[in-house]
This record gives sequence, structure tokens and C-alpha cells, in this order.
Amino acid sequence: MSHPISLINFTLHLADDALILGHRNSEWTGHGPILEQDIAISNIALDLIGQARNFYQYAARLIQESPQSEREGWMPFTAGGETTEDSLAYLRDGWDFKNCLLVEQANGDWARTLLRQFFFSAAQYYLYERLQYSKDTQLAAISEKAFKEVAYHLRWSSEWVIRLGDGTAESHARLEKALEELWKFTGELFVPAPYEQVLIREGIGVDFSLLQPKWEEKVREIFIEAQLSYPAERAGLSGGKEGRHTEQLGYILAEMQFLQRAYPGCEW
Amino acid sequence: MEEVNDPEVPVLSILDLGIVRDVKLEGNKATVIITPTYSGCPAMDAIRMSIRMVLLQQGYKTVDVQTVLSPAWTTDWMTEKGKNKLQAYGIAPPTPVQQVCHPGLFHREEAIACPRCLSHHTTLISEFGSTACKALYRCEDCKEPFDYFKCH
Repeated sequence: MSHPISLINFTLHLADDALILGHRNSEWTGHGPILEQDIAISNIALDLIGQARNFYQYAARLIQESPQSEREGWMPFTAGGETTEDSLAYLRDGWDFKNCLLVEQANGDWARTLLRQFFFSAAQYYLYERLQYSKDTQLAAISEKAFKEVAYHLRWSSEWVIRLGDGTAESHARLEKALEELWKFTGELFVPAPYEQVLIREGIGVDFSLLQPKWEEKVREIFIEAQLSYPAERAGLSGGKEGRHTEQLGYILAEMQFLQRAYPGCEW
Repeated sequence: MEEVNDPEVPVLSILDLGIVRDVKLEGNKATVIITPTYSGCPAMDAIRMSIRMVLLQQGYKTVDVQTVLSPAWTTDWMTEKGKNKLQAYGIAPPTPVQQVCHPGLFHREEAIACPRCLSHHTTLISEFGSTACKALYRCEDCKEPFDYFKCH
């Protein structure tokens, strides 16, 4: 393997995307608009956190197997001398996280949560669809497994976008507001970070120029049904994949990591 | 392996569920290879522990439980016996001949039979049920709400 660091970074990026959105979705548990949808969003959270675990376990293994000199850089994320899925999730700081800005945005109302899920699931769907044929067999295996789950997430969130957009004046207005707030974070989904560019060349990553048209076609198709107009301008805040985040991520990490930082190594 | 059950659907053994890929026994060492049903299925940790317990009780000194993700698990691997057990337990099994495993928007999987009265006059309440692997349905004839082990 010629670029283990790029592979570790990319694997962490995939893990962080899934963990942070899974965490956001889990904030709905016990607060969903109706019981069935509370269960649905919690199930999606569970799928995402499961995917994150698979990626973190793989990243931890790659770090453990890399030469001592290269492992130095990852040492802050080890607990008891060993890098694990937990140390990667609980002991890294905001600037180490490589998730897209979209997934860390606050839940807001149901419309905003659903639209965020739809944008992300559509991107994840087309990414995993191709990543299951990656030259890296472990990334391919995780993606093959996750692809089937994401198909459900995409269908469920698409239906909700249509239901709200084509629903009442109130639900439509809320969805339009959510679109206004979230659109600017969607461009980043298809801007390759340096580590992704390396892996695309090696046949491990996926060329975003192939994914973006599919994503746009899907979003247009759903927006027509939902009576939403597709924004004319291509939106472009980015930086999350390289550790430059909005203030939102800090709040998530404060809650998620508090216990491990206050009581290192604690288990229950 | 027949003694190890899915803790969330205790009527099914892991053989019924179709998640055991291979078992290797060499002397007092046992290696079991399993496939997870869903990435986030919390039952997997419990299943791994149960496999270990059962084999240790059988006298194996070293037990190694490995997880493989590819090829990805599918409900097609569930045994007929397993499907019958689910039905008797009150959970509609994945339909035997699945016409559409990935239906389009607002399309539903066809003809999910109520496990209680066998009526096909049923309605989907939610695509996500009490666990990741199930959807929630209601029978319009006997009014029973029930879980459907969804096609995957």
C-alpha cells in the first residue's frame, strides 16, 4: 500500500461522517414527532453508528499496523498505548474530525433534519454504490454491507421531503427555510480533499465527478415532486473534510466525549 | 450453534438466521466466522459472546469469533425452518419469492401476510420497527399490529 496515511484519513472521514450524523439523529430519540418516526430516525442513527464503528475499527487497525515513525502522529488518540475505535471517536479534537459540514448542522425542526438526511443519504448511496468495488477490500466490504442500509434511508428521507414539500403551506414553508439554511453545505460533498485525490488516482477512492451528476439528478427528481425549486447557484462552503468546522461540531463533541475525557478509560 | 439464539428474536438460532459462514475445529481450538445482519445491530456483540460461551462449555480452550462483511448478509440466507419459526412467533417472515426488494418511492413490498390470521390485507405503519431488521405493519382484518422481518 503506497499511501497508508491517505487511506487512514479517508477511512476516518467516512467514519466521522457516519458518527456525527448518527449522533445528531440520536438527539431525536424520545423526541420524534410521532412514535413510529422516532423509531425510524433512531434506527437510522443505529445504522450510521454501526457503519462508523466498522470504519473506525479499520482505521485503528491501519494505525496499529503502520510503522512506528508514522504512528507518532496518531499517538494523541491512543488509550493505554493502543489505538482503538473508541479512542478515535472519543479522544480526537474538533480539528481532527473530517466529517462534512452538512452532518454537524443542528437538527432544527423535522423538515431540516429530514432534508439534511436526504442530501446526505443521496451522497452516501452513490458513494457506497461505487466504493463496494474499491481496490481496498475492507472499504469495499464495509460499503457493500452499508449500501443496502442506505437504500432504505434514502427512500425514507425522499418520501418525507415529498410529503412535507407537497403537504401543507406550513410544511412547505418549513422545508423551504431548511433548504435555504442547508444548501450552502451540499457543495462540499463533492469537493475532494487532498487525501481523496490521492486515493482516486489509486483506484481506492471514488471519482466525485461521476457521483455529482447522479446526486443532482436525484435531488431534482425529488424536488419536482416536493414542489421545491432547485437552487440556481452551486453552493460552496467547505473545509470540514480537512478539519475546519462550523461552531456546531464543538457542541456535539462536548456532549459525546465528556465522559471519556472526565473519566479516562471508564466503561459501563 | 443451534443453541445460540438471536437475543432480539430469541426464537431464531444463528443457523436459522443464516449468519454463520464457517466453523473450523482443530483440536481444542474453534474458529467461527459470522456475518452481521446490519452494521449497527446491537445483537451482534451478544451473539459473539454466546458463541464463545457455548464453545467453552463444550470444552474448547481457544475460541475465535471472526466477522466478515462481504458477501453481505441477505434474508435469502434465512432457512425455511427459521421462516416458519418466525411466523409461529408472530413475526411475518421475509416473503419467499421477493418480487421487489428495492421498491421505488411510496411503493411497498407486496402482500405481507399477517402472521396471526394470514390475511394479506395489511398496511405498512413504519419502515423501521422495533429493531433494525424489521418493519411495522398492521392487519386490516384482525387489527393485529405486527413486525415484518424485512427483505434485505
